[in-house]
Amino acid sequence: MLSCKEVTHLVSESLDRKLSISERFRMQLHFRICAYCRNFRRQMTFLRQACRRLAEGKAPFDSDQG
Amino acid sequence: MSHPANTASPGAADALAALEAHRSYLVRYAMLQLRDPVKAEDAVQETLLAALENQARFAGKSQVRTWLTGILKHKIVDQLRAQSRETAISGLVAEGDGEDDDVAVFDALFNGRDHWGDDRPSDWGDPERTLENKRFWETFEMCSKLMSAQVARVFMMREVLGLSTEEICKDLSITPTNCWVMLYRARMSLRMCLEKRWFGEGSKGK
Ligand SMILES: [Zn+2]
Repeated sequence: MLSCKEVTHLVSESLDRKLSISERFRMQLHFRICAYCRNFRRQMTFLRQACRRLAEGKAPFDSDQG
Repeated sequence: MSHPANTASPGAADALAALEAHRSYLVRYAMLQLRDPVKAEDAVQETLLAALENQARFAGKSQVRTWLTGILKHKIVDQLRAQSRETAISGLVAEGDGEDDDVAVFDALFNGRDHWGDDRPSDWGDPERTLENKRFWETFEMCSKLMSAQVARVFMMREVLGLSTEEICKDLSITPTNCWVMLYRARMSLRMCLEKRWFGEGSKGK
């Protein structure tokens, strides 16, 4: 069984490279039993979403109206 | 100036004013990535100039800001590439420079069996609602300044400029493993700060 720490590395790397089938399988097993790592995964997705928003010029920085 | 002055297209002054309205946004965007007010101003200035020169192409665009951000992105990539050529390769992944501190801070999140300790990742709720909040972005900017310059550069190249890990490795002459490690540190540091400063206990329901 992977540790939470190992899962955080894999979740991060999954945003940058294609994980192997074995890595994905072991990660999924861990998610089944660990709500914190599921939260962590959603947080990583959120960070990516936030950066994308920024890249598209759609972050609501002050001084802009619409 | 072969431009006929009698067309319906706005005059140069109007066009400039329309573009200027986006300046503060663009400067904040550039600052996040370049961390240097002078370089950020330069990149934005070049962007507005380039936009003005291509006025005809932007006239019909409804998403002017998206278009401007796209131009700025290229200027920033150029800047970062120039910087990485100036920086000694060895300096980029040198021991020290907060690396040990980072590792110690992240290790403290886990217990002896490498499972989450007391500071467990919480549920951050509806992303949409958060991303529309101006105050969230102030926290985001503040938190991104906590990363070391090198880590921040790799993170911004990857996430905001959308470069692949391969491109980043080539630009900065680092190995893919180095790249993944730096991205991991960036994400861990950013999520820890946001968890504490924005999503943490007592700040729920913003
Ligand atoms: Zn876990």
